[in-house]
Amino acid sequence: MLDTVSQTDLLDIRGVSRSFPKGSGEDLVVLQDVDLKLRTGEIVGLLGRSGSGKSTLLRIIAGLTSPSTGTAHYRGAPIDGPPDGISMVFQSFALFPWLTVLQNVELGLEALGVERTERRTRALAAIDLIGLDGYESAYPKELSGGMRQRVGFARALVVHPDLMLMDEPFSALDVLTAETLRTDLVELWIERRLPIKSVLMVTHNIEEAVLMCDRILVFSSNPGRVAAEIKVDFPHPRNRLDPAFRQLVDSIYARMTQRPEPKIAAEGAAGPGIGLVLNALSSNLLAGLIETLAGGPYHGRADLPVLAESLQMEADELFHLAETLQLLRFAQVSEGDIVLTDAGRRFADLDTDDRKKLFADHLVNYVPLVGLIRRVLDERPSHTAPAARFRNELEDYMSEDYADETLKTVVSWGRYAELFAYDEQSELFSLENPH
Amino acid sequence: MGVRVPIQTNQFLPIGRRFLPNIWDCAALLLIVGVMVLIVHGGEQISVPLSALNSPPVSLDPANLPEYALRTTLRMLTAMACSLVFTFAYAALAAKSRRAEMVLIPLLDILQSVPILGFLTFTVVFFLNLFPGRVLGAELACVFAIFTSQAWNMTFSLYQSMRNVPKDLNEASRSFHLGGWQRFWRLDVPFAMPGLIWNAMISMSGGWFFVVASEAITVGNTTITLPGIGSYVALGIQQRDLAAIGYAILAMLLVIIAYDQLLFRPIVAWADKFRFEQTASGTEPTSWVLDLFRRTRVLRSLSGPFGALLRSLSNLRLGRRGIAIARSAARPPSRVADAVWLAVVIVGCCYAGFIALRYLSATLGFADLLSAVGQGLITLTRVVVLIALASLIWVPVGVWIGLRPKLAERVQPVVQFLAAFPANLAFPVFVVAIVRYGLNVDVFLSPLMILGTQWYILFNVIAGASAFPSDLREVAGSFHVRGWRWWIKVVLPGIFPYYITGAVTASGGSWNASIVAEVASWGDTQLRANGLGAYIATATSDGDFPRVVLGIAVMCILVTLFNRLLWRPLYAFGERRLRLG
Repeated sequence: MLDTVSQTDLLDIRGVSRSFPKGSGEDLVVLQDVDLKLRTGEIVGLLGRSGSGKSTLLRIIAGLTSPSTGTAHYRGAPIDGPPDGISMVFQSFALFPWLTVLQNVELGLEALGVERTERRTRALAAIDLIGLDGYESAYPKELSGGMRQRVGFARALVVHPDLMLMDEPFSALDVLTAETLRTDLVELWIERRLPIKSVLMVTHNIEEAVLMCDRILVFSSNPGRVAAEIKVDFPHPRNRLDPAFRQLVDSIYARMTQRPEPKIAAEGAAGPGIGLVLNALSSNLLAGLIETLAGGPYHGRADLPVLAESLQMEADELFHLAETLQLLRFAQVSEGDIVLTDAGRRFADLDTDDRKKLFADHLVNYVPLVGLIRRVLDERPSHTAPAARFRNELEDYMSEDYADETLKTVVSWGRYAELFAYDEQSELFSLENPH
Repeated sequence: MGVRVPIQTNQFLPIGRRFLPNIWDCAALLLIVGVMVLIVHGGEQISVPLSALNSPPVSLDPANLPEYALRTTLRMLTAMACSLVFTFAYAALAAKSRRAEMVLIPLLDILQSVPILGFLTFTVVFFLNLFPGRVLGAELACVFAIFTSQAWNMTFSLYQSMRNVPKDLNEASRSFHLGGWQRFWRLDVPFAMPGLIWNAMISMSGGWFFVVASEAITVGNTTITLPGIGSYVALGIQQRDLAAIGYAILAMLLVIIAYDQLLFRPIVAWADKFRFEQTASGTEPTSWVLDLFRRTRVLRSLSGPFGALLRSLSNLRLGRRGIAIARSAARPPSRVADAVWLAVVIVGCCYAGFIALRYLSATLGFADLLSAVGQGLITLTRVVVLIALASLIWVPVGVWIGLRPKLAERVQPVVQFLAAFPANLAFPVFVVAIVRYGLNVDVFLSPLMILGTQWYILFNVIAGASAFPSDLREVAGSFHVRGWRWWIKVVLPGIFPYYITGAVTASGGSWNASIVAEVASWGDTQLRANGLGAYIATATSDGDFPRVVLGIAVMCILVTLFNRLLWRPLYAFGERRLRLG
């Protein structure tokens, strides 16, 4: 394999998959058969929905976890443990709260055994570069989110890595702060002032990827795969309002909503559809979106990027909502648009009690798990059933966390629709409602 | 004695562990009893006359008290140093090795419920045999007793913190190539610091009680007195000198105030930076000693080299760098090694069980077991009644104080001081009253058990009431919720988790105190109540080791069951349903 590694290839990922053992049955595959080459001098974005395994891929490259199958090479050497020359910026900043800004930045150098005076010089240079002058002796809790992430960047840059990994570095920041940080970073990059050769970033923000990256790998979910590779040739600094920019963003939106396959992890003998992962979205949120769509200016049809913009929502969040409405047959999603169905329009016009009835109808008919719970409760003489009964069945299809979220969602929807009651203390579903 | 009261004692509810004692608890119990038997057995084999101990005599002259106080304090600090070393080693091992964890954690759990003064009986014999005829052995036994009162909850706290280090910091430290040793000192320990310091403080408070109790102890026909406040009081009791006891109480008071101001407060104020919060909080703990230290250039420059040494020590690049892959993810644990390890543990437990049974059955019969359990139930009743009574008194008082912030601020340090004050110094005062008025021993000796520990209930309730959200109080006010309904629907649920924390500490302390509280003397008048504490105390002074082992084992089981069947479910319920915010 070494012969194919050219001088400029930093990273060579081949056929990497990653699966996690489940309670029973087959393993849960989060990443399947991914190839990726990274050359020097480029910013590459891994774009995908949550659960598309892009963070897992980043952690495999960072040497924090290992692939189940496939190989990962950095500069021709297999990755087993965090390689020298790769550093990482975290979504949650991951700063040590008991260390000052300077000490946080110096930490990586200390671990490498860099001598004291050189350490100080390099740390101060990195702090200077990233615009943290004057904050050297502050503790992280005294800083705003943006300043904290700047410390995260300084800490990653100070070790002079060849490759800087960024795991959704701006998603914990507010819109304005994130924009400032992005442009600052891109500016330093095009002026070649960053002591790094390449950047690999994970994001679920489409515009961010188009704004910063030279190349975007779009991931599909369940299991995570590279669905498309998109080159972005616009010169920096890029203008979000440029029609070509907008067009690219729209086309990625369309691609990501192209085939709205429901997230069915597996279909087994227990009946199709039980293994559907449900996102914890409250009935208020769903009703709110239906009302928004039904009203002006959308009148039942909306462009998803536009909708995301006006609702101040991340694309990912909106995708979840749209998909859930689609699952419940209140809306239809295709080609980057969302369209209300007749049932959706009717829902918008009903009063509370009738809404609940309609919602209950759709739940029982279109969410297999709800149908199952209802059936079991009707059949049993006691009209009660422990949550474990359903949890076990769910865990045949999905991880414990997903099973938990799915069950919580079903409880919340079932309560709203007055389909069944649930006692949290005894973890028991029942048909009786308190009078 | 902190400025602010951290609420959670980590010692109590490990996540994901079941309430009922499991097989590992039984294994741990067997191992502990087995080791006790081995120690006693070894001691009897050597059978050096223990009386040949030339310790300097204690005198009741108050002029000696400063020296005695100093020696008592030194013992405390030595024990604290040992506890810290133990904590770091034991918790690190348990947190990093899955197999060690399987045994170490249940062991720690049972060790927590072994009565501390019960340890003393064995360790005195053991250490005196280690250094025959020398005071060092007795000193070590005393330090060890204090150590046993301090170490367990500190270890639990560190272990739990290490298991809960945030994932991102963990990944960051691996990604930046921190070695195992560096990681421990730069990440694990700083993260655990607030919990560890809080538990060390609780330990110190508890420790004064045991240092006082263990400075003068009789095992069989050996009486050991180490110069200190405890032995001073013991002599005062022997000579019926109430004034001397007054002096001792005064000396202790001063010692605890000095310890609070000079040691504890500066440490809490310094450790504030380790609190894992991403936002600055309102009030920060302050300490004039720390301020003085930070402002004085001379003192600071003195500490400079020391700090540099510590830093370079913590920066040693020991251990594997950036330990490749998280242990669960990398490769599944080897089943063969697991099986071997399990076999070793089982054999060890069987052996421990076997020697314990053989030792006990040589002299004791089934009737003895029944009588020990019977005595245990008497003490259990006492603990339950006392906790109930103390709650009845201190919960309303605590709520009343806690809802008045100004007052609470002033009262809280006093209450915490009372909790630290070794109540056994005050026992003679009660005993004198009982002797003089000929009161019923079984009833009137009981309050001594809770004399020192009731304050935990009070200060936790005050903390809970202080933290009670004012908007909920306003809601109750605006809907005219008053009287009984106000207590049951509003305040009591709100302070419940805090109350439970306090009651757990108080109940544990009361079990411990029963060994010194159920038997008391004044001059040559002996008072003896019925109960397991008295059973153990009498067996100890008679040198009847099989009965001591039996008594301790029974107490251990009762305390563990009591904790698992009552306190843990209540605590879990409180955390799950009633924790505000």
